[in-house]
Amino acid sequence: MMENLVVIGNGMAPGRMLEHLLETSRGRYAVTIFNAEPRVNYDRIMLSPVLSGEKSYEQIIIHGDGWYIKNGITLYKGHKIVAIDRDAKTVTSDHGVVESYDKLVIATGSVPFILPVPGHNLPGVLSYRDLDDVNAMLLAAQSRAKAVVIGGGLLGLEAAAGLEAQGMDVTVLHLMPTLMERQLDPAAGYLLQRAIEDRGIKVICKANTKSILGDRKVEGVELADGRIIPATLVVMAAGIKPNAGLAKAAGIATNRGILVDAGMQTSDPDIYSVGECAEVGGHVYGLVAPLYEMARVAAAHLADGKSTAAFVHNDTPTKLKVTGIELFSLGDFADGEDRHEIVLRDASAGVYKRLVLKDNRIIGTVLYGETADGAWFNDLKKKQVDISDMRDTLIFGQAYQGGTPLDPMAAVAVLPDDAEICGCNGVCKGKIVGAIQEKGLTSLDDVRAHTKASASCGSCTGLVEQLMSLTLGEAFNPTAVQPMCGCTSLGHDDVRRLIKAKSLKNIYAVMQELEWSTSCGCAKCRPALNYYLVCDWPGEYADDYQSRFINERVHANIQKNGTYSVVPRMWGGVTSANELRAIADVVDKFNIPTVKVTGGQRIDMLGVKKEDLPAVWADLGKAGFVSGHAYAKGLRTVKTCVGTDWCRFGTQDSTGFGIRIEKFMWGSWTPAKVKMAVSGCPRNCAEATCKDVGVICVDSGYEIHFAGAAGLDIKGTEVLGLVKTEDEALEVIVALVQMYREQARYLERIYKWAKRVTTDEIRRQILDDIEKRRGFYERFIHSQKFAQVDPWSERVSGLHKHEFKPMATIGIADAAE
Amino acid sequence: MSWTLIGSITDIPRRGARCVETPRGKVAVFRTAEDRIFAIEDHCPHKGGPLSQGIVHGAAVTCPLHNWVISLETGKALGADEGSVRAIPIKLEGEQLFIALASEAKAHRAA
Repeated sequence: MMENLVVIGNGMAPGRMLEHLLETSRGRYAVTIFNAEPRVNYDRIMLSPVLSGEKSYEQIIIHGDGWYIKNGITLYKGHKIVAIDRDAKTVTSDHGVVESYDKLVIATGSVPFILPVPGHNLPGVLSYRDLDDVNAMLLAAQSRAKAVVIGGGLLGLEAAAGLEAQGMDVTVLHLMPTLMERQLDPAAGYLLQRAIEDRGIKVICKANTKSILGDRKVEGVELADGRIIPATLVVMAAGIKPNAGLAKAAGIATNRGILVDAGMQTSDPDIYSVGECAEVGGHVYGLVAPLYEMARVAAAHLADGKSTAAFVHNDTPTKLKVTGIELFSLGDFADGEDRHEIVLRDASAGVYKRLVLKDNRIIGTVLYGETADGAWFNDLKKKQVDISDMRDTLIFGQAYQGGTPLDPMAAVAVLPDDAEICGCNGVCKGKIVGAIQEKGLTSLDDVRAHTKASASCGSCTGLVEQLMSLTLGEAFNPTAVQPMCGCTSLGHDDVRRLIKAKSLKNIYAVMQELEWSTSCGCAKCRPALNYYLVCDWPGEYADDYQSRFINERVHANIQKNGTYSVVPRMWGGVTSANELRAIADVVDKFNIPTVKVTGGQRIDMLGVKKEDLPAVWADLGKAGFVSGHAYAKGLRTVKTCVGTDWCRFGTQDSTGFGIRIEKFMWGSWTPAKVKMAVSGCPRNCAEATCKDVGVICVDSGYEIHFAGAAGLDIKGTEVLGLVKTEDEALEVIVALVQMYREQARYLERIYKWAKRVTTDEIRRQILDDIEKRRGFYERFIHSQKFAQVDPWSERVSGLHKHEFKPMATIGIADAAE
Repeated sequence: MSWTLIGSITDIPRRGARCVETPRGKVAVFRTAEDRIFAIEDHCPHKGGPLSQGIVHGAAVTCPLHNWVISLETGKALGADEGSVRAIPIKLEGEQLFIALASEAKAHRAA
């Protein structure tokens, strides 16, 4: 007599299981399937092509109605099982059908995770799991209106691409900083985001959904930061969870999913489970390969009670099913000391490949832009092949064993002809290459003479030389450039020019487009890149705090014992009884061990515990103090003497002017620290002639000095020139500092930069060329709009709270408990 | 080994670190760009700098005091420098982080 096999669920896993079972044991079971969806078994992986219009429902059917009839299988469409009676061995559907079983397979799949935010049940909020969802989305897309997809993972991006293909205006909201962060490293995530945005889909990362807005239907999504994105359709694709409720209610052991052994058997020996609802070996799965493996194992056990078939965990490669985007991710791609990475970036082709090796074996792979070798890498990983012999060429793939490394000049080669190489003289790539060819130029001096490129500040010299190498081939022998760090062969100047020329606006973009050899940079290049981006794209670039040195992250100076020093701003070195009283109170209240007067005319409180910093700032803030940026690669102090206010020799209001400069320029980030001073007469009591920028007031106006040093090197200032009014002096000083901000290398003080660029050139751009000066001045003012925020008050209000307290405290008292 | 809950992985920024106070000194807990987690003594082998305050790159941290680079996996100094700090066993369950200290101890989560 045939045994009754009842299957709950008609997805891809049970479908495949039945195929196996029919092959090996046709006639052993009378099979009955209950499908909560009113249809046959179809290929859910292909829902995305259905949504984008590339395929129809009919094309993705796996088993049509005929298959069930031919194989004598009873299929209840649109019947949801509501109860399992394990004593009577029956199941009951929501339409009242009761079926008894000898063996039962639970394949209830998964349910989408719906964010429990206000408005989540409004009409117009959909999930993305089955054909009904797709049909609803297609209907909504007819309006050509705005859609929001919550979730920038595999499913969310496929949904977004599909909706965009249907003509909707789509925004993807993703909680994490980069897309698909579980499958991709940040570098590949950046490329993916760029490709998605190129299709016209907006992407907002670090987007925390607060609520879904609307009265009777969806009208928009509100983020935690207050932004509102209008939408008539919201698709929740923020993850899935195993649908184990039915099994749990029947008393079957569950955890995250339905617990099964390696033979897919649940805690009830007559009941099996396969698919996304099953949890085996601590894992639940959502990709098809392991689900098919479950199907194979379950079928083997149903066919033969003594089968030894067992499910084994295997990393499954991830691919994105969006036309035109090639992406492949496999295994563990985190780096570590016992691991080695091989990175290949091809900026012109938009390719990023990374292999993670341990003991000469591949343990992880991320491929973007070119994924043809994914299967080969997967195979090498699965078989644990020792790759030592092909290590040098491994990354080029199977077909290119023995290939040559990429051209180090690729980044310059792919620049368009209108990319600006020389910022000082506005010379583009096309003009330089054209001049070299037409005029037969062979030396850097020739190029400078004919095009003016690299003839001013010289910071583009490296790039001009690379263009000469490209154009002239081996005939040209460029001077060696000192690379920024071990992660790149480019020097600081080349990197700075390329950031502008290629409009690179975040660290991942720089590392990809300039073909960094590491995935995450190092402690040398990251702070430099962060500064260049802050300087070049004010208001557009989001400061990367994790790439800042600790002092700039916590806005205080770390001391040798791990405590910090706190220096509030005293504008121009002028203070008052109230300010001094506030400082004294803070010192008492927080038991600050040392109080010292600094060389910059202000007061330093040393030995403050990190945890106390926000409270110290709060008290100082109440007295009107703001951060003195004594820790910053930025404007530090403007020392002054008392000038015409008090001094019988004073020629101008040096105190007032110093305060004006400091109030105008505070908060700005610079390549290295900037210290200034204003003296009211040539007796120079403010010691302005050893500062980065100094002013000596004289009867006829203001003598502007710069490029002094009184540290590792001692050097008197150079005189930039004399100007008549305070307004003009301010404009000159600001323009000078902006020129330095835009051109100098990270950590290069003004005197070293000036030596490279020459005083004459600086004088030409700042004093002689009024238009140029004005340009620098305006750019500084624009930048200050985003920079002049007191970092202390921001942190008193709770910004970066995590920086200031331990994550946990494990006490001795607790240990005794 | 006894595991002590110290908080959630989301308490630590990517490419960042937090410290945990214990009766035997501070422990630095790291989270890399790719969500790997590590715990080592918060005390550079060179001059005792707080490693939890350094810049995290790859699976290494650069000490904020004198730029020694310490491997997060082994606690050993990388490059030409020689020295090491103790690596502390750490595990992630779901989003929860646990470290194993030698003695029995219970953590107070920071608010």
